[in-house]
Amino acid sequence: MADLSITFAGIRSPNPFWLASAPPTNSGAQVHRAFEAGWGGAVWKTIGAPVLNVSNRYGAWSYGNQKMLAINNVELISDRPIQTNLREIAEVKRAWPDRAVIVSAMVESKPEAWRDIIKRIQDTGADGIELNYGCPHGMSERGMGSAVGQVPEYCEQITGWVMEVAKIPVIVKLTPNISDIVMPARAAVAAGANALSLINTINSIIGVDLDTLEITPNIAGRGGHGGYAGPAVKPIALNMLAALGRDSIVSGSGLPISGMGGITTWRDAAEFLLLGARSLQVCTAVMHYGFRIIEDLCDGLSNWMDEKGFATISDVVARSLHRVSDFKDFDLSFRAVARIDQNKCIRCDLCYVACNDTAHQCIDLVDKNGKVIPPSSYDQRSNGKAEAVTTRPSVVVRELDCVGCRLCYNICPVEHCIQMVELPNAKPSITWDQLSKQQAEVTEDWQQMEQYRRKMGIRIH
Amino acid sequence: MNISPEVPLNDTLSPSSGLRELLPPLTEHEAVTESARCLMCYDAPCTHACPTHIDIPKFIKKIHTGNLRGSARTIFESNLLGSTCSRVCPVQELCEGACVLGSEHKPIAIGRLQRHAMDHAYSKKLEFFRPAASTAKTVAVVGAGPAGLSCAGELAKLGHSVTLFERRDLAGGLSTYGIISLREPVEVALMEVAMIQKLGVRVETGRDVGTDPTVTELHEQFDCVFLSVGLGHTPQLGIAGEEYIIDGLQYIEGSKLLPSRLRVGRNVIVIGAGNTAIDCATIARRLGAERVTMIYRRTENEMTAYPHEYDFVKREGVAFWFLAQPVKVHHDNGSVKALECVRMALGEPDASGRPAPQPLPDSNMLLPADQIVKAIGQHKPSIAQLLNLRTEKGFIEVNDRFETSSPGVFAGGDCIRARGSASTVMAVQDGKLAARSIHQRLVNHG
Repeated sequence: MADLSITFAGIRSPNPFWLASAPPTNSGAQVHRAFEAGWGGAVWKTIGAPVLNVSNRYGAWSYGNQKMLAINNVELISDRPIQTNLREIAEVKRAWPDRAVIVSAMVESKPEAWRDIIKRIQDTGADGIELNYGCPHGMSERGMGSAVGQVPEYCEQITGWVMEVAKIPVIVKLTPNISDIVMPARAAVAAGANALSLINTINSIIGVDLDTLEITPNIAGRGGHGGYAGPAVKPIALNMLAALGRDSIVSGSGLPISGMGGITTWRDAAEFLLLGARSLQVCTAVMHYGFRIIEDLCDGLSNWMDEKGFATISDVVARSLHRVSDFKDFDLSFRAVARIDQNKCIRCDLCYVACNDTAHQCIDLVDKNGKVIPPSSYDQRSNGKAEAVTTRPSVVVRELDCVGCRLCYNICPVEHCIQMVELPNAKPSITWDQLSKQQAEVTEDWQQMEQYRRKMGIRIH
Repeated sequence: MNISPEVPLNDTLSPSSGLRELLPPLTEHEAVTESARCLMCYDAPCTHACPTHIDIPKFIKKIHTGNLRGSARTIFESNLLGSTCSRVCPVQELCEGACVLGSEHKPIAIGRLQRHAMDHAYSKKLEFFRPAASTAKTVAVVGAGPAGLSCAGELAKLGHSVTLFERRDLAGGLSTYGIISLREPVEVALMEVAMIQKLGVRVETGRDVGTDPTVTELHEQFDCVFLSVGLGHTPQLGIAGEEYIIDGLQYIEGSKLLPSRLRVGRNVIVIGAGNTAIDCATIARRLGAERVTMIYRRTENEMTAYPHEYDFVKREGVAFWFLAQPVKVHHDNGSVKALECVRMALGEPDASGRPAPQPLPDSNMLLPADQIVKAIGQHKPSIAQLLNLRTEKGFIEVNDRFETSSPGVFAGGDCIRARGSASTVMAVQDGKLAARSIHQRLVNHG
């Protein structure tokens, strides 16, 4: 059995899974139940400035038969009295000494307001503080949340105020609504923060109601951008996580990162760990299925780690980070082609139409006699199951023409039917970076490029 | 017509009658989730398998996007009788049988999705086509079954003046009279007739071609003729007491149009093992027969009913006597008491390619019954003789363009089905393709 326990910036947790600061951690009763279900920690829903909420505050994006691939919300920070929150935080921490209890905070951008809230949080016995510089709606209009996270100078200044009085670890939570996530992260490092977390939610409008022409969700005839989260944002979160890991200043600081953004299953969790997260936060998946999902998050992660021979979470963290590269460092001589397993193929021909219409026209329809035929070439009078099934052509890749774009692989509905087969490197490895240094003219002039291609035997289909 | 086509679907039979449509309509949610499962195959095998080649992935995705109007139009473009076909097609042998998800998963419920789109179109009274400008050409369509309705509708769309002659009181052919209500309520067929009428087709019921109009009148008054007369009466078994056997098609007709007056025995024997025989056995059970036995002179391997029909009727509690041939009806002053059968054995293949059953000597047995129904196929169409047309195995002979040996006279549907199995959807396709040939002839002979 793998050891799932972590110590994150000094905060201990029996497993890496924390509830993110959000509706699931709105009250002591909820966090109690979450801990009973097995969650390793909880980041309390942000406390701070007084707020009022509205109805129809959550929207969802669904696709196909999958409900809520993403959620968007205009819910503000906790609307419960601050004294109630602080009392319940203290009670929860007393009842669960082995779990991580972290409190998210957001107040007006004034030193005294921040110092005051930090002291009050510390009095509860909480294990850490997360600074909410990410909330993209409502609070940002009042100069808080992402209004801070989007300006590295503000981020550094406010973190500095906090660090002056903080006696417990401080995590700075970053907003993804920024052109380069590294900048606010460096600011947090400069201000002496103890850890980083990302991503907060992304600005979004879920949609428009085609019956009423109102914005979805409809708030008394209005609607607007809300924070977007859930499975659909995971790739964006992974990229930002990796960007911090690859930045020498941020990674050199040694600050641990708590990763979040669409973590739904243990598989997602493992990917965040592999790209450098040291603790994991979950919200949308819990809002969809409840606290019980913690069981498979831990069980699945543990089984996978056992299978891979990873004894501790630290063994997994950042293991794949070194593979994240820029395009200029990719091997231009690397070649892979699509190969279709005819025994697995169900002849849906989705690969054919995708390749033919939108990629590189290198999949053929081949009849029983090996002849390439156009689609719909059956006799209009033929019909019936047997006729349709037995005369259906095979889809065959012309490997010489296949550029290995991987589109067919991505859309094939049958598991392991299309494989991207790596071809032996016929040419010496070279990257764009090397090429532009060794033969700059090739990278600057089309005629030179043509000559280089001919010399290297590179065919463009 | 006497029965209003405005009657809402499924609402004419009481829930307790046992004859209500077997499959409930899909709910909106069921239709949307089922349609989402469709992979949207390219050049899809379901479309190939459908005799009318409806673009199935297209209409299914339109259901998913909530474009039910577009979905229905997609169906109608290939098949004007999409509502009947969605109910009566042997989808296991056609579209759903060819679904790529069938091998490892459940095929998409194409028939029920099509019905969803069709029910939407009819319940909202949507109209999709307007006749083209009149060509002043006239076509007589003889027989208002699926082939005739399809051909008439397609020709009307092209601007021709079409008169549809129907011998019976109601149009619709077997959809109206011969498909049990469990599969297709009569209102569905009549709404389709009304839709074809709206395209401008004159439907003249109660008119028997040969006497009214005469063959001469037909030729004189119309530029082209399309024969879609279906098949004739059930043949004679040639056994004693046969006059006390009920004709299967009349039995079904009674169950559809006047179910309250249909007499159903307690112990019913159905002679035959084709689609109609299965339907007769089904309604006998559903209308209260305690025991229903199907008698067939060959075995389950040779029966013409589809495997899914055989499975269905067994689940309905119908028993089978294979390798038994009726020889005499035992009755008491017309009141049926039993059917005497002789046991059979399979011999060499006969003209149909199936092993010929031979009676076993001294193997007669008496099967008690108080009602006997026969469904052993239908006679070939007699109109071929009337119009002096060449035939093939008794069926009207047509060329690739559905034209008979008499120029300008076309034919389609069951009356030409010398090869392959007869079905509604094949008849619809015949009507559609024949309409194209007729159109071409009318235009060329301008």
